Amino acid sequence: MEKILALAKKVAEEAEVYMITSEETPVQFESNRLKNIQHKQSQTVALRIIKNGKTGYATSTSLENRQQLVDDAVATAEFGTKAEFQFPSAKTFPRVDVFDAAVEKVSLEQMTQLGEELIAKVTQYSPEVICEGGVTKGTYTLSIMNSRGGQANFRQSVFGLGIEGQRIRGTDMLFVGDHQSSCHPILTTDEIVKTTIRQLELARNTAKVTSRSMSVIFSPDGVPGSLILPLISAFNGKIVLEGASPIGKKLGEIVFDTNLTIDDNPLVPFNTNSRPCDDEAVPCQITPLISRGVVSNFLYDLQTASRAKTKSTGNGQRQGGLPGPSPHAFVVKPGNVSFEAMVKDIDEGIIVEQLLGAGQGNSLGGDFSGNVLLGYKIEKGEIVGRVKDTMISGNVYQLLKKIAAIGSDAKWVSGFMSTPSICCADVSVACR
Amino acid sequence: MTDLKNVGQQLAAFLKKQNADYIEAHLEESQFSAISYRGKQLESISKTTSIGGNVRALVKGGWGFVSFNDLDDLQNKVELAVKQARFVGKETSQFYASKPIVEDVVAKIKENPALIPLSEKKALLDEYNDAIWSTSGIQTSNLGYGDANRKTLFLNSTGSFITQERADVTIRAVAVAAKDGEVQQAGLSEGSRDDFRPVRKLHKEIKKLAQRAVEMLTVPTITGGQYTVVLDPILAGVFVHEAFGHLSESDFVYENAQLKEIMTLGKVFGQPHLNIIDSASKPGLRGSFKYDDEGTRSTKTYLIREGKLTGRLHSRETAAKMGEKPTGNARAINYRHPPIVRMTNTYIQPGECSFEDMIADIKEGVYAKNWYGGQTSMEMFTFSSGETYRIRNGKIAEMVRPVMLSGNVFNTLMNIDAIGDDLDMNEGGGCGKGGQSPLPVSNGSPHIRIRQCLVGGK
Repeated sequence: MEKILALAKKVAEEAEVYMITSEETPVQFESNRLKNIQHKQSQTVALRIIKNGKTGYATSTSLENRQQLVDDAVATAEFGTKAEFQFPSAKTFPRVDVFDAAVEKVSLEQMTQLGEELIAKVTQYSPEVICEGGVTKGTYTLSIMNSRGGQANFRQSVFGLGIEGQRIRGTDMLFVGDHQSSCHPILTTDEIVKTTIRQLELARNTAKVTSRSMSVIFSPDGVPGSLILPLISAFNGKIVLEGASPIGKKLGEIVFDTNLTIDDNPLVPFNTNSRPCDDEAVPCQITPLISRGVVSNFLYDLQTASRAKTKSTGNGQRQGGLPGPSPHAFVVKPGNVSFEAMVKDIDEGIIVEQLLGAGQGNSLGGDFSGNVLLGYKIEKGEIVGRVKDTMISGNVYQLLKKIAAIGSDAKWVSGFMSTPSICCADVSVACR
Repeated sequence: MTDLKNVGQQLAAFLKKQNADYIEAHLEESQFSAISYRGKQLESISKTTSIGGNVRALVKGGWGFVSFNDLDDLQNKVELAVKQARFVGKETSQFYASKPIVEDVVAKIKENPALIPLSEKKALLDEYNDAIWSTSGIQTSNLGYGDANRKTLFLNSTGSFITQERADVTIRAVAVAAKDGEVQQAGLSEGSRDDFRPVRKLHKEIKKLAQRAVEMLTVPTITGGQYTVVLDPILAGVFVHEAFGHLSESDFVYENAQLKEIMTLGKVFGQPHLNIIDSASKPGLRGSFKYDDEGTRSTKTYLIREGKLTGRLHSRETAAKMGEKPTGNARAINYRHPPIVRMTNTYIQPGECSFEDMIADIKEGVYAKNWYGGQTSMEMFTFSSGETYRIRNGKIAEMVRPVMLSGNVFNTLMNIDAIGDDLDMNEGGGCGKGGQSPLPVSNGSPHIRIRQCLVGGK
């Protein structure tokens, strides 16, 4: 890396080398049995330079071909965007634990056993379910160094465990399952089994829904796809700067229900989306996005922050290209209503666990729409069965303005989000 | 390419020494360039080079897979894959063997995007961005261009040694209009295989999409419910891909007794006018190739013929387990993933109905055009239009906001009651499955009419 930096400094005013290496071992189960074991080694090195005030960018999978990398970056810098930022100098990063050496030590035998146990417990409850499952361990190493002395190096361990069960009767298909991830090894299957069996229980009968507006409870798994996806763009500093975010001019204003509080929090110990710094070696921080309904902050990387005349929030992340603002982990503050009490309160409504097709349509405007892949009907305060052939649609800005209830049942849904159930009144429901 | 071949020959020697039922390896060398704009400004311009490979081994029905960027210690990698496979395998391997093929497949590149200077690509994108911004009412826009040049080498323990190459170009434009707190967006996706030319002349279409985004701000939202829906070739192509195509991928079916029952060959899925085909052997399309990632020659597969299920998509393993022939549909997006059963170019064969006849007897319906997205869970599917109109008394009437269509594949295919005569292929799509996305595919169809289709709305 030093050599690339040195070579780049010869031809550019500023330079930054970023490298990520990873090793992953996924153990996969298909049709209720072990199917394959993989080992994936990968490495990417990215060079960002500022030459004549403009940004150039090139990446490679090899550290060997240094000259090619520098030449590619120089070639793109000719047409690059004006660099309006400076690379950070050496910074102190917040302490956040994201590495557990125990992950690497989990043996293939243990991983296989975990997967087999998951499948055995679920099929024991319901023998007609066919399961796919996965147990994965991995290590990621990230290193950054730039020409202003900025540096970052950290290692992260990741462990994942999940199952997807499929039950087919005639042409009727039901999909259930759950997934957990952590920087620690997950050596118990209890949580996932409990969730999956509960889904099977609730879906035992099919219930009829009529097309009209009704109360909808989004369970923690149902929240991200429907209610949160549009907010990811809305809080992106770049979209705010362009004037395309519906809340871009509402900083400090009450836009959402005053019971709603959401932070971007990359500092939760051992969460898989936690990290001490972002992909530009800027320290990570907890950024309040919505505080009791008030729009509090937007998310920035270096370049966008400088254009918006503000500071980076440590949200510069690379998805294969140049860094851009992107959330680390949305944490929705739980309320005090239990899930059961939420259900009891509803005369006619549905619970959405999984929505198919969310994110299609005008998500920037807050619209969402989807087919309820897994969801249940509520009648007179009781869950009566699974709903099918049912679509819901709505606008998150309208729905989150007045939330009927926020649950106390917060849960991590992948490493990206922790949320309780959220109940909205008057969601449009269409069915055949 | 000489480098890859050298590495390949070393690998070939290691494969022979192993005690496994089957081993294959992939090596890949690729170059990418990408340019994106956000709003009026160029956002990023980048170049990427990548080299890597994998080894996949089969022992007693169990698979091991090792992928890597570093090309050292190849022998260890082969051994690790075999060791993993042996750990998994407890049954008997079923894998459709074939005669070894040794061939260098040379792409027929008409205009290679890799040879066009960055300055020329940027100048073209500047023109497209100007086309968007010459429309008043535009709040922001997104323009993304990417090209990829790939050389791949496939080899296996039965002696195949195949090199292939391809060039891909994709372009995506999104115009966002905003007014009084309302935001609407319109988008376009185009792609091309081995030829830069098709992405050179999109000026008019891009201008139109910007105008459409602005227009959509003022149009009403349709009331959700069941409608007679007419789909244009692009959206019908997405529909056939989502609603039926994924169901015909045998890796969902081959070890699942209930799904096998649903997918029994000869079963009636649609009316006799319905024919659905997947074909990688038609050259020049985004999903075309000569050999798939298991070295199987590409084919043309009738999935549905005259309304009845007649075929499905196979890898060598699913074919062997189902007692059918491989169809050349084992594909991986790159060397970081093992090949799985995927579609290629999937389309509804044209019928005889003209567009005018198709809408003539619709009293009240929906005309959905253009693609925004789609997703399937086998039984249920959803897909979204980019442009939508009401149909009233046999005529296309006013524009409404884009809609999401959803349904159950088994009813919906049966409810297709008219198939047009105007087949068109959409090259702009990428398909995702099993964490592998986007895989170059194309979809197509003539206009089709679906009765009683579920439409989301207010």
